[in-house]
Amino acid sequence: MPTVAQAKKRVSRWIIIAIIVVLTVVYLIPTYWVISSSFKPFKAVTAIPPKVLFKPEITSYIKLFTKRSQVRSAEELERRLSEAKWFEKKVLKLGQTITGVSPFPNRLFNSVFVAILSTFASVALGTLTAYGFSRFKVKGENDWLFFILSTRMLPPVVVTIPLFLMYRFLGLNDTRFGLILLYTCFNLSFATWVMKGFIDEIPREYEEAAMVDGYTRFEAFRKIVLPQAATGIAATAVFCFIFAWNEYVFALIMTTRNAQTAPPFIPSQLGVGLVDWGVMAAGASIFLIPVVVFTFVLRKHLLRGVTFGAIRK
Amino acid sequence: MNKQNPGEMLTVRRGLSDNAIKRLFILPTIVLLICINIFPLIWSLGLSFADYSAVRPRVEGVNPNWIGGGNYKDVLMDSHIWEYFTITAKYAIMAVLGEFLVGFGIALLLNRDFRAKGVITTLILIPMMMSMAIVGLFWKLLYNPGWGIINYMLGLKEFQWLANPKVALAAVAITDIWMWAPFTMLLSLAGLSAIPQYLYEAAEIDRASWWFKFRRITLPLVAPLILIALIFRTMEAFKMFDIAFVMTGGGPGTSTELIAINLYRLAFAQWNTGRASAFAYIILIMIIAISNIYIKYLNKAKEM
Repeated sequence: MPTVAQAKKRVSRWIIIAIIVVLTVVYLIPTYWVISSSFKPFKAVTAIPPKVLFKPEITSYIKLFTKRSQVRSAEELERRLSEAKWFEKKVLKLGQTITGVSPFPNRLFNSVFVAILSTFASVALGTLTAYGFSRFKVKGENDWLFFILSTRMLPPVVVTIPLFLMYRFLGLNDTRFGLILLYTCFNLSFATWVMKGFIDEIPREYEEAAMVDGYTRFEAFRKIVLPQAATGIAATAVFCFIFAWNEYVFALIMTTRNAQTAPPFIPSQLGVGLVDWGVMAAGASIFLIPVVVFTFVLRKHLLRGVTFGAIRK
Repeated sequence: MNKQNPGEMLTVRRGLSDNAIKRLFILPTIVLLICINIFPLIWSLGLSFADYSAVRPRVEGVNPNWIGGGNYKDVLMDSHIWEYFTITAKYAIMAVLGEFLVGFGIALLLNRDFRAKGVITTLILIPMMMSMAIVGLFWKLLYNPGWGIINYMLGLKEFQWLANPKVALAAVAITDIWMWAPFTMLLSLAGLSAIPQYLYEAAEIDRASWWFKFRRITLPLVAPLILIALIFRTMEAFKMFDIAFVMTGGGPGTSTELIAINLYRLAFAQWNTGRASAFAYIILIMIIAISNIYIKYLNKAKEM
């Protein structure tokens, strides 16, 4: 009987969708838990059983950005409370007073600065190289492309041993420039491969027609190919940004203070004094914002990105 | 000029020649990669034949003291190093197998049309884009024996995850699986959606069983993409440093001492630069072998 079979199919479809929803929720719990922990009051973070309902606070974020010391006496607390701004009141309730700015904003700035500049450099160079390989006959083309990609596969810890010595010799240790140079190289192979995929898709005839009309090769590249490749360039840039933003090993070994980025900084706070998991969660949450936003921006290009442009859809 | 194309012939005379542009576009990348990646590796190849520490003053003959292949012999004869290789292999098997099962499983479920499919797929893909160090950090919070959400949800009371030598490696592998199963899922989904529907319809007419269709149609057609995902993850598992280093730092004891962590310790904590370079080269040869296979399969996928 067709109606029974149909009903059966419908039910099984709903069951599968219910399973998908449950699985998605389970998959999101870790991320949700970290973000919610960052808004919990200090005691609620480590409460047993874990608190699901609580009044959200931003105290952890205030702590993340400030250096604080304990207020010694009740009178001093009273006095400070009367002239405190709203964010100072939040920590004064815990008996602490703000004494300055923590290193976190500086580390965050380093992360943004290094990621943006290295992205710019690697995408610019990568696009040119990709165009070169896409449009011209290069002797041993496959070998060169293979070489370029293989630099990406090298384990970071292996490369940093000699790089550390080289950077020390050149005085590039713990400088933002040194880190930018490193991330540019790290992303260059990626940018070249992905951009080559995008440029291969632009018909050669466009440029050739333009060159017949009197454009030079370079003008044709600039005025015809670049606009056509704009989406690809943007997607590649977002990928490079995320890779640089997330990178940990190079930053851990090559930077200590001035140029240190957020990924090595946030976990290093674990060892300092009393572990404040709320602050840690706040740092992680801020760090995840661009990742979440960009994952949605990139959703159509993710497959291409993770396979270095080899698989297109 | 290899091509007798009238358009290209004309351009030779105007502006930069094609050959000049080719060099101008390609050379900077090659030079930069050689300077930052290859040159240091040649340097460390030299150091791998010396007894050398980067933190002691340089005295020719003493530091570095050229000892030939001694470092390689020491590394290969060191029974601890083999223990770390075994731990890494165990880790790679657990992580890659888990990523395959979870990722392919979710892909099979998601491979149908329903509302919000795009949003759900993207939400599941987010972990893959996160920083491994930050993921390691917040899984430490989830694994906390006292108040962590994992013990609470599984009803395990005060079960120790990261301080227990028996489960620490598995705990790190689970984090790796959570983060990277979406990668396998993404490639599996691409493979599944490319399978032509008529194959299933034909099988339907023959009253083929669910298992038969899965084994004879689905699996063989998705296999090439899954293979790419698995080779890539195997390579990454052998290189794994970030997650394990943040979560356990190699401990407790040596239970999560992956080769990359041990190399880091040898090079940047004990400052045994010469020996670390030799060890690094042994790892490098391994990784190059795997990445060779990987790039070959990637190029094959391109032609599909």
